[in-house]
Amino acid sequence: MKKSIVVAAVLALSLAASGALGADALKVGFVYVGPIGDHGWTYQHDQGRLAVEKALGKKVKTLYIEKVAEGPDTERAITRLARQGAGLIFTTSFGFMDPTIKVAKRFPKVKFEHATGYKRAKNVATYSSRFYEGRYVIGQIAAKLSKSGVAGYIASFPIPEVVRGINSFMLGAQSINPNFKIKTVWVNSWFDPGKEADAAKVLIGQGADIITQHTDSTAPMQIAGEKGALAFGQASDMIKFGPKTQLTAIIDDWRPYYVQRTKAVLDGSWNSTDTWGGMDTGMVGMAPYTNMPVDVAAMAKATEEKIRSGEMHTFAGPIYKQDGSLAVPKGKNLDDGTLLGMNWYIKGIDDKLPK
Amino acid sequence: MSALEAVLLTIITASTPLLLAAVGELVTERSGVLNLGVEGMMIMGAVTGFAAAYTTGSAAVGVMAAIGTGIAMALLFAFLTQTLAANQMATGLALTLFGIGLSGLVGKPFTGLPGVKLGAVHVPGLSGLPLVGPVLFGQDLLVYASVAITVFVAWMFSRTRLGLVIRAVGTNHHSAHALGYDVAAVRYGCIAFGGACAGLAGGYLSLVYTPQWIENMTAGRGWIALALVVFATWSPNRVAVGAYLFGAVWIMGLYAQGIGVTIPPQFLASLPYLVTIGALLAISGNRILTKVNTPACIGQTFVPDR
Repeated sequence: MKKSIVVAAVLALSLAASGALGADALKVGFVYVGPIGDHGWTYQHDQGRLAVEKALGKKVKTLYIEKVAEGPDTERAITRLARQGAGLIFTTSFGFMDPTIKVAKRFPKVKFEHATGYKRAKNVATYSSRFYEGRYVIGQIAAKLSKSGVAGYIASFPIPEVVRGINSFMLGAQSINPNFKIKTVWVNSWFDPGKEADAAKVLIGQGADIITQHTDSTAPMQIAGEKGALAFGQASDMIKFGPKTQLTAIIDDWRPYYVQRTKAVLDGSWNSTDTWGGMDTGMVGMAPYTNMPVDVAAMAKATEEKIRSGEMHTFAGPIYKQDGSLAVPKGKNLDDGTLLGMNWYIKGIDDKLPK
Repeated sequence: MSALEAVLLTIITASTPLLLAAVGELVTERSGVLNLGVEGMMIMGAVTGFAAAYTTGSAAVGVMAAIGTGIAMALLFAFLTQTLAANQMATGLALTLFGIGLSGLVGKPFTGLPGVKLGAVHVPGLSGLPLVGPVLFGQDLLVYASVAITVFVAWMFSRTRLGLVIRAVGTNHHSAHALGYDVAAVRYGCIAFGGACAGLAGGYLSLVYTPQWIENMTAGRGWIALALVVFATWSPNRVAVGAYLFGAVWIMGLYAQGIGVTIPPQFLASLPYLVTIGALLAISGNRILTKVNTPACIGQTFVPDR
């Protein structure tokens, strides 16, 4: 799912102090698509790596390679980690899927974990996170706080993951204000601060007073701040970029999962699984609710709690598609298969989904 | 603020870095030098501009640093191509790759930090006017600077001796040399001017457009600027038209999406390129004029006989 970032300055860094380790320490490798300093997607994965080190101490040694381009370089990077003796390797971008499977075949004893993909093997597990659950919460907040009743949505590519987020946001907003509107601008990039900033300016100029994004830079947050609008952070807490602007942020928290999976390799219980974790697993977290009245924050917290406990499903029926047809009847929830392949908008969204 | 005002303001910010970088490169190319390192000089300007502004807390210092870095990068290029007579294409490409790589290294401690924004200037009494006020009199200094530089360059080429000398050097360096002009010195100056503008364009990105440092944040704008110069057939006025047209079509594409026009966003994203190239080709259709403006010696290495 992630970006095609340029330079493949492949650089492996071993963080453990030399000599301080037992010979049997498990080496855990991480392959990142972006720089750790992106303050978004890759940054959060690296937080997971640090958590593994912290939780398991001398039992593990972590290795990582950052800024790995999706393409021929990917295979080289993964192979390199396997050759360095890694027993468990996390590959953290959608585009790393095929190379991961390929390398896994050559190193049957090494365990692999691929983020956001769907191809598995005996030694390849997959994992992803239900970010859309957070989008329901921010949709509710937006509908409560927007004066114009219009939110601006900066989107990357029309793929199911993003469409799911837009629908979830809108379902949350509609639960508060059935007439709530969103305007969507597609910037065709995961990460282009300039374009994202332009999109934010255009949306605010068209009457949106709350900005949300499914792109990775902090630029929209800054623009919203300049123009007196409010905004939600993406992937990690962006409060530094909008102390008076950020309402909350949907945070990808890979730490518990990475620690749990590393432990599984250590005690021999690891097997190939497919994990799609939501708020219940701690994979999706919300940044503190700021810049909003107490009652709105309380409402958001209550919704978050309901989703976490499983009391509420964000895609609970009845849900109607944009064309008016029923997607899921009352009393039922939309199934994971439909969610994973979502390529339609719900009723109430005026835009047409680009194909 | 009305919607039209907002759109116009956004168009101006989107176009300004392109205009700055393109006008600088135009001067370089008019002297007969093709510097493909615009992107590299720009990104270095962006990172040092941000770093200097962040460290000192002053956006003005950031702007100075961005210009200085652009000049330094350009002088490196000038030394290699003019003094050592290296191939201009290869050196320019290398300069871009070098700049992108080095900026990532220099910028590492500055990623993920909120920056210092260069504020807008309000002309008293005038910036309050409806529509024209904020658009014409409420911009940041660099927008005015970009217009001033463009006007200056156009005037220099058409009205001054310096402009004639630069054109002579670009058109036929052997003749210019025979007439007693120091070809290398003129070119050094023009390359440095191009570097200063590219650095400033980069600084505009990290100090005004999105006040933060992000790796590779120029995102190909240097290449667009290079293309603008060629399609505008080395005329400063046409470069300005091209830059603003590009920005306008780009922003209007986003605007159209926001009001729910159903055009595939992929097509909208390619539209600025198509429209700009089409328009510039149409207005540069006059073959004779094009020939007059084209620096005949562009890209050629000049080693004077001693």
